[in-house]
Amino acid sequence: MLNTFVVHVENKPGVLTRVASLFRRRAFNIDSLTVGRTEKPEVSRMTIVVDADRDQAARVEANLYKLVNVLLVENITGKASICRDLAIIKISAKHNERSDILEIINVFRARVVDFAVDSLTIEITGGEEKVDRLLEVLRPYGILEMVRTGIVAMRRGTKGDEIAAATAAVTSGSRANGAATVAADDNVSYSV
Amino acid sequence: MKKTGAQILWECLEQQGVTTVFGYPGGAILPAYDALKHSNIHHVLVRHEQGATHMADGYARASGRVGVAIATSGPGATNMVTGMATAMLDSSPMVCITGQVGSKLIGSDAFQETDITGVTLPVTKHNYLVTHASEIAQVISEAFYVARSGRPGPVLVDITKDAQQSTCEFDGKPIEPQLPGYRPDLAPTQEEYKQALELIKNAKRPMILAGHGIILSGAMDEVRTFAEKTNIPVGLTLLGLGAFPASHPLSLGMMGMHGEAWLNTTIQEADLLIAFGMRFDDRVTGNLKTYAPNAKKIHIEIDRAEINKNVKVDVALVGDLKAVLRELLPNLKPQEHREWLAYIDRLKGDSAVRDIQNLPDNGHLYAAHVINDLWHETRDGDAVIVTDVGQHQMWEAQYYKHERPRTLITSGGLGTMGFALPAAIGVKAARPEADVWVVVGDGGFQMTMCELATMVQENLKVNIAIINNGYLGMIRQWQEFFYEKNYEASPILSPNFVKLADAFGIRSVAVTQRSEVVPTVKMAHEHKGPVLIDFQVDKEDAVYPMVAAGAGLHEMIRRPNPLLETATDA
Repeated sequence: MLNTFVVHVENKPGVLTRVASLFRRRAFNIDSLTVGRTEKPEVSRMTIVVDADRDQAARVEANLYKLVNVLLVENITGKASICRDLAIIKISAKHNERSDILEIINVFRARVVDFAVDSLTIEITGGEEKVDRLLEVLRPYGILEMVRTGIVAMRRGTKGDEIAAATAAVTSGSRANGAATVAADDNVSYSV
Repeated sequence: MKKTGAQILWECLEQQGVTTVFGYPGGAILPAYDALKHSNIHHVLVRHEQGATHMADGYARASGRVGVAIATSGPGATNMVTGMATAMLDSSPMVCITGQVGSKLIGSDAFQETDITGVTLPVTKHNYLVTHASEIAQVISEAFYVARSGRPGPVLVDITKDAQQSTCEFDGKPIEPQLPGYRPDLAPTQEEYKQALELIKNAKRPMILAGHGIILSGAMDEVRTFAEKTNIPVGLTLLGLGAFPASHPLSLGMMGMHGEAWLNTTIQEADLLIAFGMRFDDRVTGNLKTYAPNAKKIHIEIDRAEINKNVKVDVALVGDLKAVLRELLPNLKPQEHREWLAYIDRLKGDSAVRDIQNLPDNGHLYAAHVINDLWHETRDGDAVIVTDVGQHQMWEAQYYKHERPRTLITSGGLGTMGFALPAAIGVKAARPEADVWVVVGDGGFQMTMCELATMVQENLKVNIAIINNGYLGMIRQWQEFFYEKNYEASPILSPNFVKLADAFGIRSVAVTQRSEVVPTVKMAHEHKGPVLIDFQVDKEDAVYPMVAAGAGLHEMIRRPNPLLETATDA
């Protein structure tokens, strides 16, 4: 069963490696992982989709909390939330197929972002299922290239106190930004 | 006031209460060594960086304080990996400091450059790469806090050479860790406490499984009160030995692969297991499918990632063991469990008959005899036994009766051969008044025997008992039991250990008869310097009982019962 975790982490070098390494080390199966900035520059946010049963999901959460840089883990599986996947799809579109394809795109509320002699590039945002369905419908025309971001997700409703509390304490200490650059120092030798 | 990163490093270590570090210098860490002259910290020069980590680990396990190891970049750092993994699996608080090439050279494959934070990611609790002098104070304060709090573990701090050399303002004031996501202080809910108490109240055949967490949490008194109030018998894990007195009537000894037969049987027949700071390791449970099939399980554990990892439990109390037990104790109802305890007593009888201590003397010297006699001779003193990994380790666990915590130091989770001698040096450095004994096999000893020189240079009195059987004994035992006695690569040649010790200026003697064991141990005790004893024991003895890897805990291979054998012969 697919579980969706929203993981709030300190925005520091190497945090993505720590999370990825944890999943590899514990043999948890990642379906998708996205990471990006948030409203606070010191906090990054990951959306991780994992194939796991209930017990495994609990262990994923517990193990994530063992990482010192992890601030908050939300398992939003089955909870009211917005989950969005973005795909860019390049399809072969011969002259006589274009209008059919454009109609499909319309129905799915996707957008054309590039138009070439014998291909179309479209962009779609939506739940994973919606993107899957569009791909299914477009496949007969010939998909030349495709890329998906994996889902990003957010709980519905007002921002939970939990998130505010977990991220409040994070400050952009001098360390987060690598401190002030040290001026070249004659006493310093860089080689060993 | 402006100070160099190296000066700040030592000052911060002093602030953390560090008095001794174990290390080995090299190019990338030389600025730190240069600044050591301003510090009161004592540096122990090891012979191999792996030794430094085991020493820091032994220091931590013996004292409860954070052990510190230090090395240079590249090979110095990679040599520490085994020691970090050992400390990680046994939850030992340790800070490893490594030099790193200059920050401008990182990623260039410079001389002695290794991505040690990348390498150690899975074997440290946390790690840091420090590239500026101004970060050192903050990072050291966090590293020590992370290493010792919650479930303890090793933390690596990798400091570039220029961060050690460059200067920044440092006022010497202690710095608070800034770890907003790190919450080591979890506590169970009232509802969970209630559920646990209900299970305890209704159990007819309950058992306590006592682990290393008791020692780390300092909950020995609470565990004892718990057991005595409820009359629930206590089985211990290897790392739990000493957490509950072996002489206590409720103590059932060690459980698991080479655990006591009566205890393994008891666990399989119990209707409630109460786990105190242990993690249901495969060496403890055997086959999970048949493990304690009729038992409800309560798991009291500080690391919530351990809950339901190996064994599915009915109630989990996640928190510091001592705090959790203090909450439980006032609400416990006194219980008797007479029938259950009487049943367990009957199970013990069968084992006594098979015990090698009770077999007639056949002129052979057995490891079990050596351990038993060593225990007799040292038990009244302040003895700490440091063992290596293998047969001798299991015999020690079976025959040395540990009454107090931190009197057995051993590599449990990782099973690191070569651990004993360096760890014992760390133990002695932490507790100079203690009577420290290394119990080690002829195989494991040869892995790290270079540290004899460290011991002598540091003027430390550690006595060494080599259990010498000419084999990698546990390998030979597995080959005997499971590989049709194909003794491939298990016979091992050793140097003349007496002459070897002599070369280091260590008094040494070989023992081949049981009658010589006690006088030799007495001599070692009285001699001022370290003594190495080469106990040449029976070559092909096996550790019994044994639960084969993957077998059920009740499916034990037992030492043949001599009475039954005699009956068959007749």
